[in-house]
Amino acid sequence: MGLVAAFRVILLILLIVCAIAVNLTKNLLQAVIIFMSYSSIMCIIWILMESPDLAITEAAVGAGISGTLFLMTLKKIRGSERSNSSEAEAEPSAVTAEEGASHEE
Amino acid sequence: MKNKFLRWLDGDVDLMEHVLDTAEVPDHTRDEIKTREEEEEKLLIERYRELGQKSFYTVYHVVAIISCVLLIGVLLFTVARLPEYGHENPRTVEVVSRYVEKGLEETGAINIVSGMILDYRAFDTLGESHVLFTALICVMILLRIDKKNMRTDYEDYYTIKQDAYFDTSQDTIMRKVGMVLMPCIFLFGIYVLLNGQNSPGGGFSGGAIMGAALILFTASFGFEKVDEFFTLKLSVVITFVSLAFYSFAKGYVFFTGANGLENGIPKGIPGAILSGGLILPLDIAVGLVVACTMFGFYSLFKRGSIGGA
Repeated sequence: MGLVAAFRVILLILLIVCAIAVNLTKNLLQAVIIFMSYSSIMCIIWILMESPDLAITEAAVGAGISGTLFLMTLKKIRGSERSNSSEAEAEPSAVTAEEGASHEE
Repeated sequence: MKNKFLRWLDGDVDLMEHVLDTAEVPDHTRDEIKTREEEEEKLLIERYRELGQKSFYTVYHVVAIISCVLLIGVLLFTVARLPEYGHENPRTVEVVSRYVEKGLEETGAINIVSGMILDYRAFDTLGESHVLFTALICVMILLRIDKKNMRTDYEDYYTIKQDAYFDTSQDTIMRKVGMVLMPCIFLFGIYVLLNGQNSPGGGFSGGAIMGAALILFTASFGFEKVDEFFTLKLSVVITFVSLAFYSFAKGYVFFTGANGLENGIPKGIPGAILSGGLILPLDIAVGLVVACTMFGFYSLFKRGSIGGA
């Protein structure tokens, strides 16, 4: 087995490991980062399969922009959780909690 | 909402009740009814939780495993039937050899992939651009916050607080790094876009890189700076003009080609930037759409509007 073939096998194994790890991890931030590393590995595999066009797109979209969008969504979710909890602490009335719940839905 | 639905299923409550006949009920009675309803609701929820949770999770796991195994089976079956890597596929070898042998001559593009996606299969790419545009519209429908749909004071407050809390544009490291990196990334995007017919890349990747550069610019200098030149109107105009130009140009070429007419578009010398006939303008059109879409996603996710409008 040549060096490139061995490298390819290692990359494919890493790809599968990443794909499974995304499902198994409980932490959403870690899941996003694993997803981005999945895209980076896929980018190298595209280059090995001689399709650099796809590699560029994968790097820009998969590892870059969709990761950014995921992180931003995560930030929004956490921000809403934080503001909900802080408001509940400030005014522990039923109305605020209800409002927060309905907003979350 | 869900609890109400459960109660409605049990026949306990009419959903329109509070709308229809709250007027005659005195205040204290209404309060009593409300507390009683709340208590009943809590009991009911507990009951459903105890009943539902166990069986739900068993069913959930079984269904998830079965569907996963089925999907894996279907995919592996399909992969097993694909032609071997690097071998010729007898069913499509005609098309492929035609593309490889006559691609340069017929499209004028050194990068055969660009020749394929923007010349032979140009309508596929048009469809992709429209998918992006549609996705942007859907995100706008879901996430846009403007004067007409600031739904509650709470939400308004929440959005503003979010922006102030997570504003990265005051960060010195971010600003300096953005100042150095942004022009390089933008130039690289333009390079990839303009050399689509000669080297790997093209409209989609170039546009995505340009969009990423815009996102970096926004993250490091704040939305106020971007709002000065990139408004919602500009974004819509760019997208519309690009898609319309793409449709008409490619429609014209396909029309003349199908009827055996000369289309009068010069192919140019292969390898030069101005070569490949319509590929370069189409690349630019796709790239502009993609850049607008990517930045639009970011802007809508971050603050619910494009260009502050």
